[in-house]
Amino acid sequence: MIKAIVNVSLKTGVLDSQGKAVHHALDSLHFNSVEDVRVGKQIILKLNTTDKEKAMKDVEQMCEDLLANTVIEDYEIELV
Amino acid sequence: MQNSTIKVTILQFPGTNCEYDTQHAFESLGAKTEILWHKAESIPSDTDLIVVAGGFSYGDYLRSGAIAKFSPVMKAVKTYADNGGKVLGICNGFQVLTETGLLPGALKRNDGLHFISKHHTLKVVNNDNIFLEKLNNGDVINIPIAHHDGNYFINEAGLKDLEANNQILLKYTDANGDVKNPNGSVESIAGVCNKEKNIFGLMPHPERAMEALLGSDDGVKMLQGFLSI
Repeated sequence: MIKAIVNVSLKTGVLDSQGKAVHHALDSLHFNSVEDVRVGKQIILKLNTTDKEKAMKDVEQMCEDLLANTVIEDYEIELV
Repeated sequence: MQNSTIKVTILQFPGTNCEYDTQHAFESLGAKTEILWHKAESIPSDTDLIVVAGGFSYGDYLRSGAIAKFSPVMKAVKTYADNGGKVLGICNGFQVLTETGLLPGALKRNDGLHFISKHHTLKVVNNDNIFLEKLNNGDVINIPIAHHDGNYFINEAGLKDLEANNQILLKYTDANGDVKNPNGSVESIAGVCNKEKNIFGLMPHPERAMEALLGSDDGVKMLQGFLSI
């Protein structure tokens, strides 16, 4: 069994309004050390394979087809 | 075919909620209509126009329109559009068409993060297409918007293409036609079409602007364009 953790977030250069709102809220809580906030989503997949190479290839395809909209989003895959 | 009765096929996904308004709007203009469940694998052969109606297909899970693109009917819609068939996506339908890749760009969360539901004025930018041919460039019309993810995004190269090919249909403006952007859309864009001008998408709801008594009948002129198919 391989677990794939997929992080999807808006591309750099695409305004992240949720991140901006969270940043603003942190500011008003006086967390002044925050430079930037990006809000994304995490998708966790359990795969019935032990072949890491195949798992990575499959999950990449899943991201391209469905999990991310590559017009506005980037994705990162971590296998554990 | 001018002035003959056209047949409008309206798609229905789980979570679609504007299909009956859309049906009522087109029938009030004299069109024949049929509501088509998303499991259908083919488009009725007498279809002159497919409308991907508004709503919240699949609960907007993952992203608005992201899951609907895998419904069986969407394959048939692609084939229909590839052969020059006319397709109109309203609100969630616009999101489905961008997710499917039938229209360029993407729709993301409104900049203000709120769901916006109100009448908004729009300026007609390009009327050299069947959808807006009954209107003039520069006309300002009043059409309701109701969306959470209506913030149109396209990259710079894509925007240049849209502009070069007259693919920008409508922009959000004030009553004078000056840009007023409710949701953060690039260039205040409210609707676009594909390069071939047979696939149209917009966030505002023309089917909700069919009666002056209910606030506006500016949607009539928009939907009327399709009657000359």
